Amino acid sequence: MCVGIPGQIVGICNEEQQLVDVDISGIKRPVNVACVLEKGEQVANLLGDWVLVHVGFAMSRIDEQEAQETLALLDELGELHEPDSDEKLA
Amino acid sequence: MKYSDDFRKPELVKNLCDAIGKIMGRIASAGTREKVRVMEFCGGHTHTLFKYGLEELLPKHSGLSIQMVHGPGCPVCVLPMSRVDQCAAIALQPDVILCSFGDALRIPGMHGNLLDAKARGADVRTVYSPLDALTIARKNPEQQVVFFALGFETTMPSTAFTVLEAEKQNIPNFSVFCNHILTSPTLRALLQDPTLELDGFVAPGHVAMVTGLDIFNFVSDEFHKPLVVSGFEPSDLLQGIYMVLLQIANGEAKIENQYTRVVKGNGSAPGLDAMTKVYMPHPILELRGFGQIGNAGVCLRPEYENFDAEKKFGHSESILKPQPTAQSQEAFRQLEELLQKSRCGEVLKGKIEPTGCPLYGELCTPHAPVGALMVSSEGSCAAYYNRGIRSRKDSLLAADA
Repeated sequence: MCVGIPGQIVGICNEEQQLVDVDISGIKRPVNVACVLEKGEQVANLLGDWVLVHVGFAMSRIDEQEAQETLALLDELGELHEPDSDEKLA
Repeated sequence: MKYSDDFRKPELVKNLCDAIGKIMGRIASAGTREKVRVMEFCGGHTHTLFKYGLEELLPKHSGLSIQMVHGPGCPVCVLPMSRVDQCAAIALQPDVILCSFGDALRIPGMHGNLLDAKARGADVRTVYSPLDALTIARKNPEQQVVFFALGFETTMPSTAFTVLEAEKQNIPNFSVFCNHILTSPTLRALLQDPTLELDGFVAPGHVAMVTGLDIFNFVSDEFHKPLVVSGFEPSDLLQGIYMVLLQIANGEAKIENQYTRVVKGNGSAPGLDAMTKVYMPHPILELRGFGQIGNAGVCLRPEYENFDAEKKFGHSESILKPQPTAQSQEAFRQLEELLQKSRCGEVLKGKIEPTGCPLYGELCTPHAPVGALMVSSEGSCAAYYNRGIRSRKDSLLAADA
């Protein structure tokens, strides 16, 4: 029941009900953004953002930079096999 | 698929397994332990472990073994049978449409599951989102639409926002049968069990996405165990396990976040606001395998009583008890007999493997489940069975493979 799927916000379908269109691998689905909208923020401001979708709600914005840093860290691990490489992984 | 495939690359998994192997060497050479027991609390992580065969990929070391202990973080698995019966009783009421997540339809109650109630004439529908249930309510004003709300903090905001939306759009025929559970009281109950020896935890990233990290602080402050909040892709889970082992090797016990791309330290402010507005702690909740735990769940606040199915329908098990036929009485007796032998509670806490239960694999299978752990794909029994493990011998062979 914890399954969350990444998707990109590509349109607005009902601003009043805070519903946007999210593209998940080519499938578009209405998703509620109440959980990721900051106070006073406009729904249009989310266009293009990547979010984690769970039971029809965008639960969190995915941080592109953090994602790249995690991947780089794991890639880098492959090259470094010195003892201190452990510390970098955490 | 972006942000999924990236974290499933075999080379990342291999790098992590190599690193885990090295850190196992460091722990083994310290000579203080021969086994490390890491619990993955969440059923979603159990599912990832089995789906990608990660346990088999974990390196073997002559001086140290890693045991992944499958935790109770599967809301379907810990739901008491009595709650299923109560939900079925509501569904069987005239003019009720009962909406539920798909995996909740097959949870066994003492009088069958929700699909059995459907076979007896109840209008039971599968929904992907509580918002879908609200749409059904809007389109069927003469009928009472009840949403079977399940899950830990991950799903709590969505139910809360749906109740707020029902109020805003004035949809009085919508209500929620609330069975939401809180993670930390369940985790605390595990840590307080003297017979359970656990060295570290991998915690559910999608719970922390909502709550933030602080709800786990007691695990390091009071129980001095390392805990790493992790994502659900294979490299996320392996990195989470790695970070737990690194803390053990360094003699540390702190709360760390592996899932930085999704989990922010303080969680989701809008989600927490909605939860605070709609829910209050449930004084005493029964969880399967745990018995009763104080404040382990939530119920709707009095201000939202009109959207609370328990208040609307009360305790209607009376409806559920049809005139007992000889056949139904015999089936009921047999089920009770089986339940006496079942060891769901011990499997839920990771005390025994599924194969340690006398019903496993023959009297309890995915096709004819006795316990909910065999129903949900996040339950360890279903995960074992679907992996082809039918007996204790199979699981030993799998461990040595």
